[in-house]
Amino acid sequence: MVRGSGPLASPQKLRSYPSYRGGEGMAAWAFHRISGIGVWLFIILHVIDIWLIGANPEAYDFLGQIYSSPPGRVAETLLGAALFYHALNGMRIVVMDFWPALTAYHRQLWRIVWIVFFAIGLPGAYIILKPIWEVAG
Amino acid sequence: MSAPRYSLSGRPRPTGSTVDLYVWYAVRLSSLALFVLALAHFAMTHFVFDPADQSAEWVRQTRWNSVALRALDWGMLMAVLVHGFLGMRTVLQDYVPSRVRSLSLGALYLLALILFVLGTQVVIALPFD
Ligand code: HEM
Repeated sequence: MVRGSGPLASPQKLRSYPSYRGGEGMAAWAFHRISGIGVWLFIILHVIDIWLIGANPEAYDFLGQIYSSPPGRVAETLLGAALFYHALNGMRIVVMDFWPALTAYHRQLWRIVWIVFFAIGLPGAYIILKPIWEVAG
Repeated sequence: MSAPRYSLSGRPRPTGSTVDLYVWYAVRLSSLALFVLALAHFAMTHFVFDPADQSAEWVRQTRWNSVALRALDWGMLMAVLVHGFLGMRTVLQDYVPSRVRSLSLGALYLLALILFVLGTQVVIALPFD
Protein backbone atom coordinates (compact mmCIF):
# COMPACT_ATOMS: atom_id res chain seq x y z
CA MET A 1 0.00 0.00 0.00
CA VAL A 2 1.20 3.49 -0.80
CA ARG A 3 1.67 5.54 2.32
CA GLY A 4 1.61 9.28 2.67
CA SER A 5 -1.65 10.44 1.20
CA GLY A 6 -4.30 8.89 3.40
CA PRO A 7 -5.91 10.53 6.43
CA LEU A 8 -3.59 8.59 8.73
CA ALA A 9 -0.44 9.76 6.97
CA SER A 10 0.75 12.54 9.27
CA PRO A 11 0.64 12.95 13.05
CA GLN A 12 -1.33 16.20 12.75
CA LYS A 13 -4.02 14.40 10.80
CA LEU A 14 -3.87 11.43 13.11
CA ARG A 15 -4.80 13.75 15.94
CA SER A 16 -7.91 15.00 14.19
CA TYR A 17 -8.92 11.59 12.91
CA PRO A 18 -11.95 10.07 14.62
CA SER A 19 -10.59 7.40 16.88
CA TYR A 20 -12.22 5.11 19.36
CA ARG A 21 -11.10 2.52 21.80
CA GLY A 22 -13.32 -0.17 20.36
CA GLY A 23 -16.49 -1.59 21.85
CA GLU A 24 -20.04 -0.31 21.51
CA GLY A 25 -19.05 3.32 20.91
CA MET A 26 -17.00 2.36 17.88
CA ALA A 27 -19.64 0.04 16.41
CA ALA A 28 -22.32 2.68 17.00
CA TRP A 29 -20.16 5.24 15.18
CA ALA A 30 -19.30 2.93 12.24
CA PHE A 31 -22.95 1.95 11.73
CA HIS A 32 -23.96 5.60 11.99
CA ARG A 33 -21.48 6.67 9.33
CA ILE A 34 -22.26 3.80 6.94
CA SER A 35 -26.03 4.27 7.28
CA GLY A 36 -25.68 8.05 6.85
CA ILE A 37 -23.73 7.61 3.62
CA GLY A 38 -26.19 4.98 2.37
CA VAL A 39 -29.25 7.14 3.02
CA TRP A 40 -27.45 10.12 1.47
CA LEU A 41 -26.87 8.11 -1.73
CA PHE A 42 -30.57 7.26 -1.84
CA ILE A 43 -31.53 10.92 -1.33
CA ILE A 44 -29.69 11.82 -4.55
CA LEU A 45 -31.77 9.25 -6.44
CA HIS A 46 -34.91 10.25 -4.57
CA VAL A 47 -34.78 13.99 -5.34
CA ILE A 48 -34.25 13.13 -9.00
CA ASP A 49 -37.14 10.65 -9.08
CA ILE A 50 -39.50 13.18 -7.43
CA TRP A 51 -38.35 15.76 -9.97
CA LEU A 52 -39.52 13.30 -12.67
CA ILE A 53 -43.12 13.70 -11.42
CA GLY A 54 -43.06 17.05 -13.21
CA ALA A 55 -40.49 16.38 -15.92
CA ASN A 56 -41.52 12.88 -17.02
CA PRO A 57 -44.44 11.26 -15.12
CA GLU A 58 -44.21 8.03 -17.18
CA ALA A 59 -40.59 7.58 -16.11
CA TYR A 60 -41.63 8.23 -12.48
CA ASP A 61 -44.36 5.58 -12.67
CA PHE A 62 -41.89 3.13 -14.22
CA LEU A 63 -39.48 3.73 -11.33
CA GLY A 64 -42.40 3.27 -8.93
CA GLN A 65 -42.97 -0.18 -10.38
CA ILE A 66 -39.34 -1.05 -9.71
CA TYR A 67 -39.63 0.27 -6.12
CA SER A 68 -42.72 -1.86 -5.49
CA SER A 69 -41.33 -5.04 -7.13
CA PRO A 70 -40.09 -7.79 -4.77
CA PRO A 71 -36.39 -6.80 -5.05
CA GLY A 72 -37.45 -3.15 -4.69
CA ARG A 73 -39.29 -3.97 -1.47
CA VAL A 74 -36.24 -5.73 -0.05
CA ALA A 75 -34.15 -2.65 -0.92
CA GLU A 76 -36.73 -0.34 0.70
CA THR A 77 -36.67 -2.45 3.84
CA LEU A 78 -32.87 -2.08 3.98
CA LEU A 79 -33.22 1.67 3.35
CA GLY A 80 -35.76 1.91 6.17
CA ALA A 81 -33.43 -0.03 8.48
CA ALA A 82 -30.50 2.28 7.68
CA LEU A 83 -32.66 5.40 8.15
CA PHE A 84 -34.21 4.12 11.38
CA TYR A 85 -30.91 3.08 12.97
CA HIS A 86 -29.33 6.38 11.91
CA ALA A 87 -32.25 8.38 13.29
CA LEU A 88 -32.36 6.55 16.64
CA ASN A 89 -28.59 6.57 17.16
CA GLY A 90 -28.53 10.19 15.95
CA MET A 91 -30.92 11.11 18.77
CA ARG A 92 -28.66 9.23 21.17
CA ILE A 93 -25.72 11.34 19.94
CA VAL A 94 -27.63 14.62 20.26
CA VAL A 95 -28.92 13.73 23.73
CA MET A 96 -25.39 13.02 24.98
CA ASP A 97 -23.94 16.10 23.27
CA PHE A 98 -26.38 18.42 25.01
CA TRP A 99 -26.68 16.54 28.31
CA PRO A 100 -23.11 15.25 28.76
CA ALA A 101 -24.00 13.60 32.06
CA LEU A 102 -25.93 10.99 30.07
CA THR A 103 -22.67 9.91 28.41
CA ALA A 104 -22.13 7.71 31.45
CA TYR A 105 -25.08 5.63 30.18
CA HIS A 106 -23.99 5.44 26.53
CA ARG A 107 -24.12 1.60 26.53
CA GLN A 108 -27.64 1.55 27.96
CA LEU A 109 -28.72 4.20 25.47
CA TRP A 110 -27.32 2.08 22.64
CA ARG A 111 -29.25 -0.92 23.91
CA ILE A 112 -32.43 1.17 23.93
CA VAL A 113 -31.67 2.13 20.30
CA TRP A 114 -31.64 -1.56 19.32
CA ILE A 115 -34.76 -2.44 21.33
CA VAL A 116 -36.75 0.35 19.64
CA PHE A 117 -35.17 -0.55 16.29
CA PHE A 118 -36.47 -4.12 16.40
CA ALA A 119 -39.74 -3.41 18.23
CA ILE A 120 -40.87 -1.00 15.51
CA GLY A 121 -38.66 -2.17 12.65
CA LEU A 122 -39.78 -5.81 12.51
CA PRO A 123 -43.50 -5.04 12.13
CA GLY A 124 -42.53 -2.29 9.69
CA ALA A 125 -40.48 -4.71 7.58
CA TYR A 126 -43.42 -7.10 7.59
CA ILE A 127 -45.75 -4.40 6.23
CA ILE A 128 -43.33 -3.49 3.43
CA LEU A 129 -42.53 -7.10 2.46
CA LYS A 130 -46.02 -8.63 2.85
CA PRO A 131 -47.18 -7.87 -0.75
CA ILE A 132 -44.37 -10.10 -2.05
CA TRP A 133 -46.20 -13.16 -0.73
CA GLU A 134 -49.60 -11.81 -1.67
CA VAL A 135 -48.41 -11.48 -5.27
CA ALA A 136 -46.75 -14.90 -5.18
CA GLY A 137 -49.70 -16.62 -3.49
CA MET B 1 -6.67 23.95 22.07
CA SER B 2 -7.49 20.81 20.12
CA ALA B 3 -10.68 18.80 20.03
CA PRO B 4 -10.93 15.69 22.19
CA ARG B 5 -9.51 12.67 20.40
CA TYR B 6 -12.50 10.46 20.84
CA SER B 7 -16.03 10.75 22.02
CA LEU B 8 -18.70 8.37 23.19
CA SER B 9 -21.40 10.17 21.23
CA GLY B 10 -20.64 11.51 17.77
CA ARG B 11 -17.97 13.80 16.43
CA PRO B 12 -16.64 15.85 19.36
CA ARG B 13 -17.73 19.50 19.37
CA PRO B 14 -15.00 21.22 17.29
CA THR B 15 -12.95 23.80 19.16
CA GLY B 16 -10.45 24.98 16.54
CA SER B 17 -12.57 26.34 13.71
CA THR B 18 -15.70 28.49 13.87
CA VAL B 19 -16.94 27.06 10.56
CA ASP B 20 -16.58 23.51 11.86
CA LEU B 21 -18.42 24.49 15.03
CA TYR B 22 -21.34 25.94 13.03
CA VAL B 23 -21.41 22.81 10.89
CA TRP B 24 -21.48 20.67 14.02
CA TYR B 25 -24.51 22.62 15.33
CA ALA B 26 -26.25 22.69 11.94
CA VAL B 27 -25.98 18.89 11.61
CA ARG B 28 -27.52 18.44 15.06
CA LEU B 29 -30.25 21.04 14.67
CA SER B 30 -31.32 19.71 11.26
CA SER B 31 -31.28 16.17 12.67
CA LEU B 32 -34.05 17.12 15.11
CA ALA B 33 -36.24 18.28 12.21
CA LEU B 34 -35.39 15.17 10.20
CA PHE B 35 -36.19 12.85 13.07
CA VAL B 36 -39.81 13.97 12.82
CA LEU B 37 -40.05 14.76 9.10
CA ALA B 38 -38.05 11.88 7.58
CA LEU B 39 -39.47 9.17 9.86
CA ALA B 40 -43.04 10.43 9.37
CA HIS B 41 -42.39 10.58 5.63
CA PHE B 42 -41.10 7.00 5.53
CA ALA B 43 -44.04 5.79 7.60
CA MET B 44 -46.54 7.56 5.34
CA THR B 45 -45.00 6.30 2.10
CA HIS B 46 -44.51 2.69 3.29
CA PHE B 47 -46.84 1.88 6.17
CA VAL B 48 -49.91 4.07 5.61
CA PHE B 49 -49.76 3.98 1.81
CA ASP B 50 -48.02 1.39 -0.34
CA PRO B 51 -45.37 2.33 -2.91
CA ALA B 52 -47.46 0.49 -5.54
CA ASP B 53 -50.31 3.04 -5.17
CA GLN B 54 -48.32 6.26 -5.41
CA SER B 55 -48.23 7.15 -9.10
CA ALA B 56 -47.16 10.57 -10.36
CA GLU B 57 -50.84 11.43 -10.85
CA TRP B 58 -51.65 10.34 -7.28
CA VAL B 59 -48.88 12.52 -5.85
CA ARG B 60 -50.10 15.52 -7.84
CA GLN B 61 -53.78 15.06 -6.94
CA THR B 62 -53.54 13.88 -3.36
CA ARG B 63 -50.25 14.34 -1.61
CA TRP B 64 -49.30 17.64 -3.21
CA ASN B 65 -52.73 19.16 -3.59
CA SER B 66 -52.11 21.79 -0.94
CA VAL B 67 -49.50 24.50 -0.57
CA ALA B 68 -48.99 23.49 3.06
CA LEU B 69 -48.09 19.90 2.22
CA ARG B 70 -45.75 21.05 -0.53
CA ALA B 71 -44.12 23.50 1.87
CA LEU B 72 -43.67 20.72 4.41
CA ASP B 73 -41.94 18.48 1.87
CA TRP B 74 -39.81 21.41 0.72
CA GLY B 75 -38.80 22.03 4.34
CA MET B 76 -37.77 18.39 4.59
CA LEU B 77 -35.69 18.83 1.44
CA MET B 78 -33.93 21.83 2.99
CA ALA B 79 -33.26 19.93 6.22
CA VAL B 80 -31.84 16.92 4.39
CA LEU B 81 -29.66 19.07 2.12
CA VAL B 82 -28.16 20.84 5.14
CA HIS B 83 -27.81 17.64 7.17
CA GLY B 84 -26.79 15.11 4.54
CA PHE B 85 -24.34 17.36 2.70
CA LEU B 86 -22.71 18.83 5.81
CA GLY B 87 -22.52 15.27 7.13
CA MET B 88 -20.81 14.18 3.92
CA ARG B 89 -18.44 17.17 4.24
CA THR B 90 -17.13 15.59 7.43
CA VAL B 91 -16.88 12.17 5.77
CA LEU B 92 -14.94 13.60 2.80
CA GLN B 93 -12.63 15.57 5.10
CA ASP B 94 -11.85 12.35 6.93
CA TYR B 95 -11.06 10.20 3.91
CA VAL B 96 -10.21 12.29 0.84
CA PRO B 97 -6.47 12.97 0.39
CA SER B 98 -5.64 16.66 0.88
CA ARG B 99 -4.55 17.09 -2.76
CA VAL B 100 -8.10 16.68 -4.03
CA ARG B 101 -10.02 17.63 -0.90
CA SER B 102 -11.23 21.07 -1.97
CA LEU B 103 -12.12 19.65 -5.40
CA SER B 104 -14.27 16.94 -3.80
CA LEU B 105 -15.93 19.47 -1.49
CA GLY B 106 -16.68 21.70 -4.47
CA ALA B 107 -18.30 18.76 -6.27
CA LEU B 108 -20.29 17.97 -3.11
CA TYR B 109 -21.69 21.52 -2.84
CA LEU B 110 -22.43 21.60 -6.57
CA LEU B 111 -24.44 18.40 -6.22
CA ALA B 112 -26.36 19.94 -3.30
CA LEU B 113 -27.12 22.99 -5.44
CA ILE B 114 -28.39 20.81 -8.30
CA LEU B 115 -30.69 18.88 -5.94
CA PHE B 116 -31.89 22.18 -4.45
CA VAL B 117 -32.84 23.45 -7.92
CA LEU B 118 -34.52 20.19 -9.06
CA GLY B 119 -36.47 19.71 -5.82
CA THR B 120 -37.55 23.35 -5.59
CA GLN B 121 -38.59 23.40 -9.23
CA VAL B 122 -40.92 20.41 -9.00
CA VAL B 123 -42.50 21.58 -5.72
CA ILE B 124 -43.29 24.99 -7.20
CA ALA B 125 -44.03 24.19 -10.83
CA LEU B 126 -46.15 21.02 -10.64
CA PRO B 127 -49.67 22.20 -11.58
CA PHE B 128 -52.50 22.11 -9.04
CA ASP B 129 -55.86 20.69 -10.09
C1 HEM C 1 -33.83 10.95 10.57
C2 HEM C 1 -33.21 11.66 11.48
C3 HEM C 1 -31.71 11.84 11.52
C4 HEM C 1 -31.02 12.04 12.66
C5 HEM C 1 -31.59 12.13 14.07
C6 HEM C 1 -29.62 12.18 12.29
C7 HEM C 1 -28.58 12.46 13.18
C8 HEM C 1 -27.27 12.64 12.84
C9 HEM C 1 -26.24 13.14 13.71
C10 HEM C 1 -26.42 13.55 15.17
C11 HEM C 1 -25.08 13.16 13.00
C12 HEM C 1 -23.72 13.63 13.51
C13 HEM C 1 -22.84 12.49 13.88
C14 HEM C 1 -21.49 12.96 14.32
O1 HEM C 1 -21.23 14.17 14.30
O2 HEM C 1 -20.69 12.10 14.71
C15 HEM C 1 -25.36 12.68 11.68
C16 HEM C 1 -24.43 12.53 10.68
C17 HEM C 1 -24.74 12.21 9.39
N1 HEM C 1 -25.99 12.05 8.86
FE1 HEM C 1 -27.72 12.03 9.89
N2 HEM C 1 -29.48 12.03 10.95
C18 HEM C 1 -30.75 11.84 10.43
C19 HEM C 1 -31.06 11.69 9.10
C20 HEM C 1 -30.15 11.64 8.06
C21 HEM C 1 -30.50 11.52 6.67
C22 HEM C 1 -31.92 11.46 6.09
C23 HEM C 1 -29.30 11.47 5.98
C24 HEM C 1 -29.10 11.32 4.49
C25 HEM C 1 -29.07 12.32 3.67
C26 HEM C 1 -28.23 11.57 6.93
C27 HEM C 1 -26.88 11.58 6.62
C28 HEM C 1 -25.86 11.78 7.51
C29 HEM C 1 -24.46 11.77 7.17
C30 HEM C 1 -23.86 11.49 5.78
C31 HEM C 1 -23.75 12.03 8.35
C32 HEM C 1 -22.24 12.10 8.55
C33 HEM C 1 -21.78 10.80 9.19
C34 HEM C 1 -20.47 10.90 9.90
O3 HEM C 1 -19.89 11.99 10.05
O4 HEM C 1 -20.01 9.85 10.35
N3 HEM C 1 -28.78 11.68 8.19
N4 HEM C 1 -26.71 12.38 11.61
